[in-house]
This record gives sequence, structure tokens and C-alpha cells, in this order.
Amino acid sequence: MAAEKTLTPTDYISHHLTNMTAGGGGFWTLHVDTLVTSVVLGILGIGFLWWVVRGATSGVPNKRQAFVELAIDFVDDQVKSIFHGDRSFVAPVALTVVVWVLLMNAMDFLPVDIVSWLFTNVLHLHYWRPVPTADVNTTFALSLSVWLLMIYFSIRIKGVGGFVYELFCSPFGVKPVWIAPVLMVFNLLFNLVEYISKPLSHSLRLFGNMYAGELIFLLLGLWAATGLVGSIFGAILGVGWAIFHILIVALQAYIFMMLTIVYISMAHESH
Amino acid sequence: MNINFTLISQAVAFAIFIWFTVRFVWPPLMRAVEERQQRIADGLAAAERGKQELEQAHKRAVEEMRKARESNADMRTNAEKQAAQIVDEARQESARIIAQARTAAEAEAAAAAQRVKEQLRERLADLAIAGAERILRREIDAKKHAELLANLKQELR
Repeated sequence: MAAEKTLTPTDYISHHLTNMTAGGGGFWTLHVDTLVTSVVLGILGIGFLWWVVRGATSGVPNKRQAFVELAIDFVDDQVKSIFHGDRSFVAPVALTVVVWVLLMNAMDFLPVDIVSWLFTNVLHLHYWRPVPTADVNTTFALSLSVWLLMIYFSIRIKGVGGFVYELFCSPFGVKPVWIAPVLMVFNLLFNLVEYISKPLSHSLRLFGNMYAGELIFLLLGLWAATGLVGSIFGAILGVGWAIFHILIVALQAYIFMMLTIVYISMAHESH
Repeated sequence: MNINFTLISQAVAFAIFIWFTVRFVWPPLMRAVEERQQRIADGLAAAERGKQELEQAHKRAVEEMRKARESNADMRTNAEKQAAQIVDEARQESARIIAQARTAAEAEAAAAAQRVKEQLRERLADLAIAGAERILRREIDAKKHAELLANLKQELR
């Protein structure tokens, strides 16, 4: 927060919602804050699992291992209930997604202004957005990766022919034959809409929730800046929203994982 | 809010994390969990087996006890029977001995009575002859009538 100028609400919000950038500009811009935060969180989360799992015993597990087993068992159960097949790839993917997204979402718990103050005054980084999933790049990166996995598995299971056949011949079929061309057009349109809407809804759901959550914290912060009464109400509502946000953070991570499993398992089913 | 290179970098990070989890995180834990499941299943099976064996042993013990009790009862009845038989035999033997003794005694008594009777008869004959001699002293020559006297004695016997 630049103290020397008069700070308008717009300045405040846009300061909080501006990424730290690097790189060539245009498409070749890189959001350093998003990338660094997410990679650090990924290394922490997956690294923690790895650290525990490395010493995993088949005997009586200690509390740390029991916790990790509980989490992994939870993910495995979810995968098992949706996906019927070899889980040795799908389940770890779901685990990666849920751990990573949960940690990235959890960055929303950090008080926005304290994080901002620390980065501005201690690290001298003027712009730093702490929630990677409130950056549409992250959510699209995740959903498009899942989308590619979906197409990969679809082609691997059904072959290129089967994949193309499904594009044109499902869900309405091609019978009776005399309207087959019309049906094929409709099938293709239907499938295209589905293939486009899947990654869009997958990513934008997560992004929207996280972005809105961040924004509401910012608005409450703005209110708190209006004086004593505003501070009191801002603080109370901030606590309420933070508590509610615990649910949203976990729920969105869970939903993102479930949709990942559903999309990949749908790719395994032929029609 | 613009899509840019961050997307690609995040996708690469995601891919690396997936690879790492699939390769290094998932398999060891699943191995450990499955191994433990196997061990628990084995333990449960062993417990079940032990329980069944115990049950069978219990049944066998009951059976053995029942058999022992039966043979015990058999032995007792046999012993009782034998005892009764021995007592019976002893009783018969004693009765026999008593009867024998009685017969012997009776026979002896009869013989004695006979002997006495005969002595009496002899004495009677002697007395009769002596009486007759006294009566016939004069007329009877002992030598002449010896044969007659002997005959008489014979008849009286």
C-alpha cells in the first residue's frame, strides 16, 4: 500500500489483485507469484507425503503415517466408487489434485493485508497474490491437463477409430440410416459442446470460488478502513467469512478431485 | 485475468507432481497397506483356525470323558456281577459241603446203629442160647447139639 498517495478503494483492490509478473509481455508473461507459491506448496504437500511414505511400515503405523494413510485411503475410496479399473494411475492423479488444490486454496486463509504488508515491506515485492487458484491460469492449467488425460485415455482405450466414432455416433446414435448425416452433425455438435464445457466449468468453478472469496476479504478489508465501527463489523464478518471459507476451500478441492476422477473414468467407458 | 505463459508453467508443474506421486508416493504406501491387510487377514484366519481346533479338542475331550464314564460303568457292573457270582458259588459250595457232611454223619450214625443192632442181636442170640443151655443142661450134650446151637445162633442173627 503506497502510503504517500491518497489510497482509493480501487487502488487497494487492484493492488491486491495484480500479479507479480516477469517475462516477455503478452502471452509470454509469467505470474511469478502464482508459479512460486504453487510449486512451493506442491513440494511441501507432495514432499510431506513422500517423506512419510518412504518410511511406511506394514506393521503398526505411527500417527503421521496413519494420517497420510487416512487421506490416501479416502482418495482411493472415492476413486474406487467411480472408476472401475486399474487405479494405479488415476488414484495418484486424484491424490495429487486434491492435495495440491487444497493447499493452494488454503492460502486464502492468510490475512490478505498482512501477507501484502510482509511482501511489500520485508521482501520488497510490491505485487504478490498469495492464492494460486484465484489465478485463472492455474485452474485452466489443471483442467486442461485433466482434459488432455481424458482424451489420451479415451483414445488409448477405444483407439483413434473408436474415439472418432464416438464423436460422431454418440449420444444419439446413427439410426435410422436415412437421417444419419443429420444425427452425425448433432452428435458432433453435442460432443464438441461437452468437450469444451468440461474444462471450462471444471476450471472456472474453482477459480470463481477462490477469486470471489479473496474479493470478499478485500471488501471487508475496505470496510474495516472506514473507521472504528467499520473495523468492528469488518473484523466480525471477516471471521465469519473465514470460517465459512474453510468449508469452501475443502469443498472446492474435493469437487475438483471428484470431477477429475469422473472425467477420466468417463473416458474409459465406451458407448 | 489474462491467459498467459503461467498456464503452461503450471501445467508442467502439475505434470511433474503427478509423475512424482504416481512414481514415488502411491506405490510404497499401497504396498505397505496391502501387506498389512494381508497380515491382518492371515491373523484372522489363524485365529479362526485356532478357534475351530479348540472347539474340536473340546468335543474330543467330552467324547473321551463320555467313553471313560461308560467303560467305568461297564467295569463296575462286571465287577458286581463277578462278586455276586463268587458269593453265589461260595454259597453253593458251602451248601454242598454241609450236605455232604450231613450225609456222611447220617451214614455213620446209621452204620453205628446197625452195628449196635447187630451186637444186640448177637448178645440176644448168646442169651437165648445160654438160656436154652441152662434149660436143657441135662438132656443136651453140648457136643451132640453143637450143630443145632450154631443153627439157632445163625437164625437169630
